[in-house]
Amino acid sequence: MKIKSLEELRKIREEHQEKVSLRDHGEVTGDRIEILIGMATCGISSGARETLNAFVEELKKEKIDNVKVVPVGCIGYCHSEPTVQVNVPGHKPVLYGKVKANKVHEIVEKHIKGGTPVARLELEIDFERA
Amino acid sequence: MAKTRTNIMVCGGTGCLATESDKVMKNLEVIIKARGYADEVQVIRTGCFGFCEQGPIVKIEPDNVFYVKVGPKDAKDIVDEHIVKGRRVERLLYEEPVEKEKVNKQEDMPFYKKQVRVALRNCGLINPEDIYEYVALGGYEALGKAITEMTQDQVIDIVKKSGLRGRGGGGFPTGLKWEITKKNESDVKFIICNADEGDPGAFMDRSILEGDPHSVLEAMAIGAYAIGADKGIIYIRAEYPLAISRLNTAIKQARELGLLGKNIFGTDFSFDIDLKYGAGAFVCGEETALINSCEGKRGEPNYKPPYPAEEGYWGHPTCVNNVETFANIPPIINRGPEWFASMGTEKSKGTKVFALAGKINNVGLVEVPMGITLREIIFEIGGGIPKGKRFKAVQTGGPSGGVITEEGLDTPIDYDSLLERGSMMGSGGMIIMDEDDNMVNIAKFYLEFTMDEACGRCNTGRIGTKRLYEMLHKITSGKARMADLDALKQLAYMVKDSSLCGLCQTAPNPVISTMKHFWDEYLAFIKDEGHPQGEGRYTPKNKIGMKS
Repeated sequence: MKIKSLEELRKIREEHQEKVSLRDHGEVTGDRIEILIGMATCGISSGARETLNAFVEELKKEKIDNVKVVPVGCIGYCHSEPTVQVNVPGHKPVLYGKVKANKVHEIVEKHIKGGTPVARLELEIDFERA
Repeated sequence: MAKTRTNIMVCGGTGCLATESDKVMKNLEVIIKARGYADEVQVIRTGCFGFCEQGPIVKIEPDNVFYVKVGPKDAKDIVDEHIVKGRRVERLLYEEPVEKEKVNKQEDMPFYKKQVRVALRNCGLINPEDIYEYVALGGYEALGKAITEMTQDQVIDIVKKSGLRGRGGGGFPTGLKWEITKKNESDVKFIICNADEGDPGAFMDRSILEGDPHSVLEAMAIGAYAIGADKGIIYIRAEYPLAISRLNTAIKQARELGLLGKNIFGTDFSFDIDLKYGAGAFVCGEETALINSCEGKRGEPNYKPPYPAEEGYWGHPTCVNNVETFANIPPIINRGPEWFASMGTEKSKGTKVFALAGKINNVGLVEVPMGITLREIIFEIGGGIPKGKRFKAVQTGGPSGGVITEEGLDTPIDYDSLLERGSMMGSGGMIIMDEDDNMVNIAKFYLEFTMDEACGRCNTGRIGTKRLYEMLHKITSGKARMADLDALKQLAYMVKDSSLCGLCQTAPNPVISTMKHFWDEYLAFIKDEGHPQGEGRYTPKNKIGMKS
């Protein structure tokens, strides 16, 4: 197919945006849930690695396979490390603070399986991403 | 069917291919299929990440995890640990030489800080063999805008305002070149992309062609529209087979989408591109020699004027630009000349890609704004000198440039400041030398190269470079006397002043600059018997230099 105008080019661009937007911005698509774990130096020193491993183990034990655990960088909430963000498609992302490995079971049980965020651990997100 | 959730990007640049990245890719594909993830995980071959020292490179998106030195056997761990369990494979993460701290995100690595990637914007991000990925990131929009919404003069005006100068070395203003070519009346005009990258140690053009070929095609079409050409040629050396095959794929895809060919974007503008292969002669990077070679003649330069803009390919007005220059054009059209001119120094705008090689920790490609200092490039981005050795000098501009020592490290880099220091920008190769290197041998190495590559058209180039090399050989063999040093100096300036083209006019630069900064090393060869310094006696690789 030959492109005959700038509009046609832009249409093609939109059609293929998804291929690269996933790569560029990590947008969630489909029914997949993402768990982002702050794995910068501050997070790791507060035990983020144990938290991450606990999530992986827990998900395996519960045989949940539509969740992806993603190590990410620091969001600057050093007072509440380790931080964990749960992205459910169609819902506002929920940010948890001070998630030690022993809190993982609760989050998986209530939020991932039950669909209700664990209010006790929630942090307020007070910034916008460009 | 589930949508692709993860992309595994495997570097398919020549550097990584040489270290078996193709096998890594094959293994990844096989294992992913075996684990049943084929629908969700895509393995993509990308262009060069510019981090060849640590190749093969594998990047996982959207996780933004950056694995280095990935061997074919590591594929299993990457799939089983990272893809299936979501755990990073620690041992493959990049280890910073200074702090020994594992860094996994590309932006966090010092190698990628301070860098602004304009020409390399898509390298390592897109699949160079899929035109749709280029389009998805805004590709060909600049071409569409230029030919449907702008006049030829408007396009030229934007390029002029941006302050873009030729990235091949000379630094001639690109907009001005386009304007001159446009003003010369003719039915037939040509635009040529100079991809005859021959500087020892420079490989940015190859990386762009391998990682993002469409950006060059798009820019050539924009340039052709601006100057009124309907035919383009990419003169590329036959030693770049991967770049050639990616270019051919890209040209084919662009033709299928009507982005090359007749009536592009439904306008009257028609344009197509052919490849011409060079046999690898260094002098063919000089534009008149390049045109001669394209015509099937000997690759020898002509007297200028007439410039190619007046009488070029088969006597018609021709515009010759470098690959990296072209790669800068689409972002300039899309984001405006002010954006581009906001980077860089007063007379040199935008960014420049440098290839770091030699005695440096992070060998690879960097793209930095003009005006950054050599110290920042070498010690911060480049990670300093290996094994705690002391920095001695850096050769910029390949065999045409000169050495810059410690005292020049803090000068902001641009075309003019490097010329003032007796070196030049060149195509952006930087070879870093430490305390172990002997500078007379370095000068001799470069002279051996230019002596071989001198085409023989002019006397000073043909005979002068050979005599210069012989004198250097005499010095390093310990047979020279003080009078030889004087003769060497005199001949160096003579060759510089009276050669026909840029190759031999700049060939003595390594001699002149090493004599200026490292006179004592020349003296040592004459005064000390059994000269102990550096690598000692230099054995030429080429027999031509020995017989005379």
